[in-house]
Amino acid sequence: MHDITNDICKPVEGKPTKAWWIGFIFSFIGLCLWLYSAGYTMTVGIGAWGLNKTVGWAWDITSFVWWVGIGHAGTLISAILLLFRQNWRNSINRSAEAMTLFAVICAITYIITHMGRPWLFYWALPLPNQYGSLWVNFNSALVWDVFAISTYFTVSLLFWYIGLLPDIATVRDRAKGVAKKIYGFFSLGWTGSVRSWVRFEAVCLILAGLATPLVLSVHTVVSMDFATSLVPGWHTTIFPPYFVAGAIFSGFAMVQTLLLVMRKAMKLENYITLYHIELMNIIIMVTGSIVGCAYLTELFIAWYSGVEYEQYAFLNRISGPYWWAYWIMMTCNVISPQLMWFKKLRTNLAFTFFISIVVNIGMWFERFVIIVTSLHRDWLPSSWVMFHPTFYDVGVFVGSIGVFFTLFMVFIKFLPGVAMAEVKMLLKNSSEAAKKRMAAKEGKTYRFSPETGGVVIATTTTAKKGENHE
Amino acid sequence: MQLQNEQYEFSGKTRTISLALIAVGVICVAVGFLTGDTERTWANLLLNNYYMVLIAFAGVMYCAIQYVAQAGWGTNILRVPQAFMSVVPLAAILLTVVLAVGLGTHQLYHHWADPALSNPESPSYDPLIAGKTSYMNVPLFMLRVVGFMAIWGFFAWKLRQFSLKEDFEGGLRYFKKGIVYSAIFCAIFNFTFPLFAFDVIMSLEPHWFSTMFGWYNLAALWVSGLAAIGLVVTSLKEKGYFTAVNENHIHDIGKFVFAFSIFWAYIFVAQMLLIWYANIPEEVTWFYKRWTETYKFWFWFSFVLNFFAPFMLFMTRDSKRKLKTVKYVCLLVIVAHWFDLYMMVMPGMMGTGRKFGYLELGTFLGYAGLFTFMALTALSKAPLYAKNHPYMEESLHHHI
Repeated sequence: MHDITNDICKPVEGKPTKAWWIGFIFSFIGLCLWLYSAGYTMTVGIGAWGLNKTVGWAWDITSFVWWVGIGHAGTLISAILLLFRQNWRNSINRSAEAMTLFAVICAITYIITHMGRPWLFYWALPLPNQYGSLWVNFNSALVWDVFAISTYFTVSLLFWYIGLLPDIATVRDRAKGVAKKIYGFFSLGWTGSVRSWVRFEAVCLILAGLATPLVLSVHTVVSMDFATSLVPGWHTTIFPPYFVAGAIFSGFAMVQTLLLVMRKAMKLENYITLYHIELMNIIIMVTGSIVGCAYLTELFIAWYSGVEYEQYAFLNRISGPYWWAYWIMMTCNVISPQLMWFKKLRTNLAFTFFISIVVNIGMWFERFVIIVTSLHRDWLPSSWVMFHPTFYDVGVFVGSIGVFFTLFMVFIKFLPGVAMAEVKMLLKNSSEAAKKRMAAKEGKTYRFSPETGGVVIATTTTAKKGENHE
Repeated sequence: MQLQNEQYEFSGKTRTISLALIAVGVICVAVGFLTGDTERTWANLLLNNYYMVLIAFAGVMYCAIQYVAQAGWGTNILRVPQAFMSVVPLAAILLTVVLAVGLGTHQLYHHWADPALSNPESPSYDPLIAGKTSYMNVPLFMLRVVGFMAIWGFFAWKLRQFSLKEDFEGGLRYFKKGIVYSAIFCAIFNFTFPLFAFDVIMSLEPHWFSTMFGWYNLAALWVSGLAAIGLVVTSLKEKGYFTAVNENHIHDIGKFVFAFSIFWAYIFVAQMLLIWYANIPEEVTWFYKRWTETYKFWFWFSFVLNFFAPFMLFMTRDSKRKLKTVKYVCLLVIVAHWFDLYMMVMPGMMGTGRKFGYLELGTFLGYAGLFTFMALTALSKAPLYAKNHPYMEESLHHHI
């Protein structure tokens, strides 16, 4: 037990490693790029971007949806996998939840930069005001977005912070001087008493119950930004679950990228094992297949419907001027996750890292394809145009990646990146002592099964998949 | 806990009732045909047969998911969905017969299968239908429907075989094989089932289309299948079987039914909301029909029954742990999804001539009897527990 505390607190208590500094500096450069590009955009207006009359929505909304989607994996891991009793989530949930928060923050920056007058951002909320009966348009899916995302952010933040309490207290108890004061403040006086733990677990379960519908609702509402419209290629009923699956797909890819970096940089190979990585690859494969199924359904129904506008929209995607974007999307999102059927590939770290990046690229292109190819050839052929991004389009996007990684680097430096308390609990249930206790009680020997996180009889089982996380 | 294997005996009242229900069904269908109510009878045959196929394959999907997810908790009830698998051949053959005879007598799918619709010379020429004939034609349609069910059925047969062989031979060989077959089944089934739903149900109204329709049917399949599993497990436990099943298992089944009724409602509302909001004539016709006086009540009744009822009744932890509550809510969900299918089939087939009477009730009871008879016969042919399943021990210790 004490080893776990030492291992996980080490990055927090010690001086940052060289790898951390390199990562931080690069991320910080990105953050500066964002400050410049977003600052310029807010100063001169969104004319700084490459938008035009026909394509009035392009990189901004593409990147916004991309970031919101990435956030989903964290909530899925922390809430849905908790409800499904998937104990293996314990060593990855902390960083995944943090990632959710940072991704949602990045997404929110797009809403702010996209507003002509960002200082009036609160006009998006239905606040009583002095302008007579001036209310937000409740019919607009964009207003639903405001509610969905702010609720999502709040619940995710609570979930993450409450989960952190026992671990912050651990750091507090080991710290000295000013650090002890700061960690002491944020641990909210956690004592570790039985009463605290009982309440802690009850709250976590309630929040998991609340967060589960939120995982579905957020991207459902985001998909409705498009699907409630009349634009061919946007208006299709499969959008809500398809966006949710896509969000989880891209989110897991991002968690995978981050964890592979984190375990290396912070030397957490004993906590984030090959077994975790394999399971996440399987989730990537499953959600990738769901997304693939949705792509094919859309194509099929566009043909089946007999509606020529629908048919043209999809033909234009496949073979129009943006064909390359469509085929990048298909290759990255449909074909590449299928490679995870092979055990050799899904347990290969370098390959996993490569695919996780490929999936993130593919999912960015998915949104780009949906948004730009549907808009750029609209109902009036005389206004058909192409979209060309400017420096500020690219700057805001690349910069937001910098914002994300800066926040993440700060997080892993100052807070425990693995949920210590929960990992310890896992160890306790699967430890030798626990097994002996059960063996003595019933005259049988059991072993812990890494496949299910449960117990099986040792005498009839030799199954061993992946690595054990004992 | 030491596992005492049990053997289910299918006899007595249950057997008599299920046979009586089959008789009721046969009589009602016969009366339907004899009194000249043919269209309505075909509609009912299609509806109930499709429902039977859904629940039978839900059993396969449940098993397959338990295997690939390596779920341990439900191992001691695994024989129930495995019994559903042995209904697959009969359900598939019956559906094939209904479709073939229905198409042959022009009672089913005449809105697209009539060759005059795609003949430009004919006065009833319909360019939209004509554009679909390369896919929606009778030989290809039958090939797809039969082909899909045959492929899925192969996996159903294999998965049941593996588990039965495991009883005699033990070891991990069949368990591991089961995982491989389950993974392949999940991939094939979930990719092809939407097409199956488009073919069998959506094409009743061939002008209408919705990308969600396949997943909508999949959600219905899954939740009604879970409810059917729940109903069998709780009924048997009431009769004194399944002593190794405790309230934690019942709780988990309840949670499943609760969660997936919400999921079904999510899919249902997403489809409806998007079509209603956009209000495009091509799409809105489907709901327009269902919101006319003839169907309005039944449409919302079905939604309330499918969503609010299980949502409210299964909200608390205690209700999901009570045998009786779980049993009746599962029964309710099964009936509710019959109404869900009723709303998918009838407006397309019967138009405003909607009826609800002896035929609807009788055919449903007949198929329910048939399914019960087949599934329980299969259940009685094998021990009630897959005793050599490697996760049996975990299941016996299940506690939440």
